[in-house]
Amino acid sequence: MGLNKKDVTLLIIVAILCLFAPFILNPFPEGSAMAQFNAGYPDLMQRLVIFGIFAIGFNILFGLTGYLSFGHAAFLGVGSYAAIWMMKLLTMNVIPAIIISVLVAGLFSLLVGWISLRRSGIYFSILTLAFAQMSYSLAYSVLTPITGGETGLQPKVNDPRILDGALAAGETPRANLFGLQMNESYEMAVGGWVFTFNAGYYMAAVVMLIAFYISIRIFRSPFGMMLRAVKSNQQRLNYTGLNAKPYTLAAFVISGMYAGLAGGLLVAMDTQVGAERMFWTASGEVVLMTILGGAGTLIGPVLGAGFIKYMENIVSKINKSILEQWFAFMPDGIEDLLITLVYPFIGKGWHLTLGILFMLVVIFLPGGLVEGGQRVGRLFKRKKPADDKPDGRTTPAE
Amino acid sequence: MGILEVKNVGKRFGGLQALGDVNLSIAENSVHAIIGPNGAGKSTLLNCLVGKLIPDTGSVMFDGQSVLGRKPYEINQMGISRVFQTPEIFADLSVMENMMIPCFAKRDGAFQLNAISSIPSQRDMIERAEHMLEDMNMADKREMHAGSLSRGDKRRLEIGMCLSQEPRLLLLDEPTAGMARADTNNTIDLLKQISEDRDITIAIIEHDMHVVFSLAERITVLAQGTPLVEDTPDNIKGNPKVREAYLGETQDAA
Repeated sequence: MGLNKKDVTLLIIVAILCLFAPFILNPFPEGSAMAQFNAGYPDLMQRLVIFGIFAIGFNILFGLTGYLSFGHAAFLGVGSYAAIWMMKLLTMNVIPAIIISVLVAGLFSLLVGWISLRRSGIYFSILTLAFAQMSYSLAYSVLTPITGGETGLQPKVNDPRILDGALAAGETPRANLFGLQMNESYEMAVGGWVFTFNAGYYMAAVVMLIAFYISIRIFRSPFGMMLRAVKSNQQRLNYTGLNAKPYTLAAFVISGMYAGLAGGLLVAMDTQVGAERMFWTASGEVVLMTILGGAGTLIGPVLGAGFIKYMENIVSKINKSILEQWFAFMPDGIEDLLITLVYPFIGKGWHLTLGILFMLVVIFLPGGLVEGGQRVGRLFKRKKPADDKPDGRTTPAE
Repeated sequence: MGILEVKNVGKRFGGLQALGDVNLSIAENSVHAIIGPNGAGKSTLLNCLVGKLIPDTGSVMFDGQSVLGRKPYEINQMGISRVFQTPEIFADLSVMENMMIPCFAKRDGAFQLNAISSIPSQRDMIERAEHMLEDMNMADKREMHAGSLSRGDKRRLEIGMCLSQEPRLLLLDEPTAGMARADTNNTIDLLKQISEDRDITIAIIEHDMHVVFSLAERITVLAQGTPLVEDTPDNIKGNPKVREAYLGETQDAA
């Protein structure tokens, strides 16, 4: 496959994790007190891999070239709109929707990148942010005929859909892959556990593995080396006869296409689009994912995306009565005190928890979660010395 | 007709006339030094040659082609490589990668979307980079982080990177500034060897008279933005005008 041994191992590990995610993410039996920490339901698992794709793509731009785009949610949004229009006009099959979402996002990022890359550093970030907010505002207001404005878009029964046959009476249009519906799930009950295997999740996971494979290839290619050179020393790059602009633009467009792919997949899983997914906080989120996981590393962005989406969905669901259950065994006074202390960090306060964790990671683990993993790994290696291979880690040689 | 012909070049920064009316001809395969006191316009002149600055007047011809208005990367692709005062290398990359990048730039030009092939499959590029590392006596450091090299090794690496592009003209901007005496002598030996072994023209801007007189075949003395005199090292040493403008000062200071 053109990869070295370490990368193949990494890819296989990720593939195995994806395959068994319904088990791994559901470690607690149904109905137990810990069951709310289970993440093995289709909606969340789909989001984990889709935002993983988004972050992998973002990392090709930010991790390799160091150009910090603050507007990547715009490409995700544009990809989503393109996908939903395919579903309205052509077919509910997700393949054309996904392909067109990548292409449209690629074209749009070519335009945005071509303009934004005239500047670097903070000015580049501000330009991309401005573009994204402009896209958001346009989608929300002026472009309502195309975007559905505030209500957004979803497939309707009476859309043309020229490739699909007529729907039976009372049937609603559903996203499918050659007839296999994306929301189809198979549930397996083992003892107290219920594991859900969802068609949409597995399709998204396969796409993520392909996206991850391509990203490894880019990291290991001469092109990837040039992108790292852009980040390291543009002065030397210019005086080595290399034009930084097309390199950064290519990286920008590739990462825009990854964002579009993520947007298309989001639509394939949940067939509705609203402008809010282009809002600047969504652009900020992918920056957080990449830095939290480890910018410039292969697996970091996927870890970061998983971590943040897990927090968003799980920590935000913990409420006061759950806290009361947890601390019920304590004496009344202490119970109340603990609940008062913990309460701001859960439910709607999950952003606070995320913010604190993010600060801790940036201060103590500048290399993100991947660096954390490396440190733990080294700790174990020190205990059993000798024949260990030098660092079986996931980062590219830096 | 030299490989580099500078004619009537002038450059003004606001009220300061940095370069007055510079005429300079550098002969092919020679080592030509440009010296002058601080503020004489040496760096401005160099920046005009590599595309960082565009002179207000005059022309700069390299091998019969004008370099004016071209971007630094285009001028480099024409065959002019530049070594900086503080070594400019890719500090975050390995020594080997540093050496491979100019090899790719030489083969593939200013841009190549080479995202499909893997680096280990580029045997010829690897061999070329390894060969150059051996020439620079750095083969044992190939996996090192370039940023962690010593100052002298960074300089060697930078010169090696420039040479791996097989430039016709190598420009050096005070290559021994801030170096210990031993490193300076190593650099002098390296440059001597380069000019003997290769078909290459070397233009060097330098403060250190020891370096200049060990290397140069021709010397141009720049003072207040205009060339004062151009001659062989021996004649420069004895030239009273130069003593007055430059050498006298330094000797007093030393």
